[in-house]
Amino acid sequence: MSGAAPRAPSPARSAEPVLAVRDLERSYTLGAETVHAVRGVTFDVPDGEWVSIVGPSGCGKSTMLNLLGAIDRPSAGKVLVRGRDVGAMPDREATRFRLLHVGFVFQRFYLMPVLSAEENVELPMAEARVPRVERRARASELLSYVGLGARQQHRPSQLSGGEQQRVAVARALANRPALLLADEPTGELDARTGAGIISLFEQLNRDGTTIVVVTHDEQLAQAAQRVIHMRDGLIVKDERLRSR
Amino acid sequence: MRHRARTVLAVLGVAVSAALLLDMVMLSTGMRESFRDFLMVRGYQLRVAPKGTLPFDTEATIGGAAEVERAIVAVPDVIAVSPVLGAQVHVIGAASEGAAFALGVRGAVQADFELVRGHTVAGADTAVANAEFLALAGARVGDTVDVAAGFDPQLRIHSGRRRLVLGGEGRFFYTSAGQPAIALPLSTLQQMGGAERADRVSLVMARVRDGADVESARLALERSVPRVTAISVETALRQVDERLSYFRQLAFILGAISLGVGFLLVTTLVTVSVNERVGEFAVLRAIGVARGRVVQQVLLEGLAISLAGALLGLVLGVGTAQYLNVILSDFPGLPTGFAFFVFRPAAAWASLGMLFITGVLAGALPAWRAAGLPIGVTLRQEAVA
Repeated sequence: MSGAAPRAPSPARSAEPVLAVRDLERSYTLGAETVHAVRGVTFDVPDGEWVSIVGPSGCGKSTMLNLLGAIDRPSAGKVLVRGRDVGAMPDREATRFRLLHVGFVFQRFYLMPVLSAEENVELPMAEARVPRVERRARASELLSYVGLGARQQHRPSQLSGGEQQRVAVARALANRPALLLADEPTGELDARTGAGIISLFEQLNRDGTTIVVVTHDEQLAQAAQRVIHMRDGLIVKDERLRSR
Repeated sequence: MRHRARTVLAVLGVAVSAALLLDMVMLSTGMRESFRDFLMVRGYQLRVAPKGTLPFDTEATIGGAAEVERAIVAVPDVIAVSPVLGAQVHVIGAASEGAAFALGVRGAVQADFELVRGHTVAGADTAVANAEFLALAGARVGDTVDVAAGFDPQLRIHSGRRRLVLGGEGRFFYTSAGQPAIALPLSTLQQMGGAERADRVSLVMARVRDGADVESARLALERSVPRVTAISVETALRQVDERLSYFRQLAFILGAISLGVGFLLVTTLVTVSVNERVGEFAVLRAIGVARGRVVQQVLLEGLAISLAGALLGLVLGVGTAQYLNVILSDFPGLPTGFAFFVFRPAAAWASLGMLFITGVLAGALPAWRAAGLPIGVTLRQEAVA
């Protein structure tokens, strides 16, 4: 990994929480049944904190992550990212907000197979109309940061699973988001490769990135400063493992 | 495109469909254009035939031809006339005896053939023959042939015999493919026919000054010579249009089917492609790529397949049309110069335009689906899958 960390994600730390969740609810109908996936959840994530959300399958973790990232809309309550209510945003605005303020990492990496690693990282910047020279330089910097400086021109099919996930992390950081959201980022990786991604997240967090991770991976969860345990759509335990 | 074999097959399918479409567009306009081309080959816009007939539709002739010709020349805006007498002649001796179609023309103004080699009709006993006539008579350019205007099969006597020097070989515009034909001076053919054909013509072609109103000249001509019917090229084309409407309808239906097939091919391929990549599209949307961009990407894929197929289909369509023209040129009774499929850049542009629109429409449904995927649900399903 390159030592020249770009301190990509976060601006100067603020007293205001990056993420504030208030009485958040999400229900949906499944046939004749109404499923309450998230049932009145409240918590804050301060600037620069790494929070893991854990719990059994179906407890509402992924639904929660989608709500935090303006992918889904709450049935009630609020999600404030840097003070902006993302749940109330119309679709176009929410899309733009995700582009500029939220970084996503998914279990399956979903890189564009016809693009090189560098082009994949450039994609969100191109969408944000960052000038070509600038985005190329930043893509190169980010790929070096995640340890892929020598593989910038490789296509996803030429990279290992761990390397692809690193490219996905670099892509998530492209537009300097306020918040990095990750859904089972080690879910498709073996233990050794997963450990590499955990190290990368640790490095990101040390460099100031605010991270919320949803995971079943005990090792990943324990690497965070704080673990939120969910069950049946509720927070059952909010555990601080270490201070920032 | 990630699945090359599948994409190539789809492009080939679209190419076949595009070729059929182009051929149908060429067919729907080609016969008319071809007809116009050979009617206007020497620029004569009017055909004058015996009253109530179409040129060479019957064996009727116009009597008092010299007087009629003078009257036509006197019509305002008429600048040239070309009288023609058509008749059957018999080739005597030589390799084989047989009948041929003879055209009595005036060499300097004729519009019935183009010279392939040799000299045009000039002296009283000179003639221009087509390749079929030369084969029938077993003669070559420069040879002399005996022809007769009439033949009595019972008495086996020829009448109106004439010895002609074959001054040249020509390609006749209006004779059927394979029909032996010979052009000789009008006066010679009239003389060969005796009193029956004296001062008679089958048809007079008239050319109107550039910029003049052809229809006005036609009406003036019919007023001046009431015992003839004058038909303009435009009128003839209208009549051809009516007679060929069946072909146009057929071409329209087949063209529409080929477009439909192309549309279904592209839609199917793009839909399959989108279905395989729902996760990718959901992630693109999740990371902030706008719906419009996703729509644009999918539409471009459909368009790329359509246009690649269209370009290949253009080549295929022109090749097929040429092949079909060769086959159909042997159709009985069709003039040599007539073609069913005529390539015009406008036809190619029209086909490309239709395929462009088809490509956009074909990509629209999968594009709409890709852009409208519920992001969270799709990602969850993909993760489970």
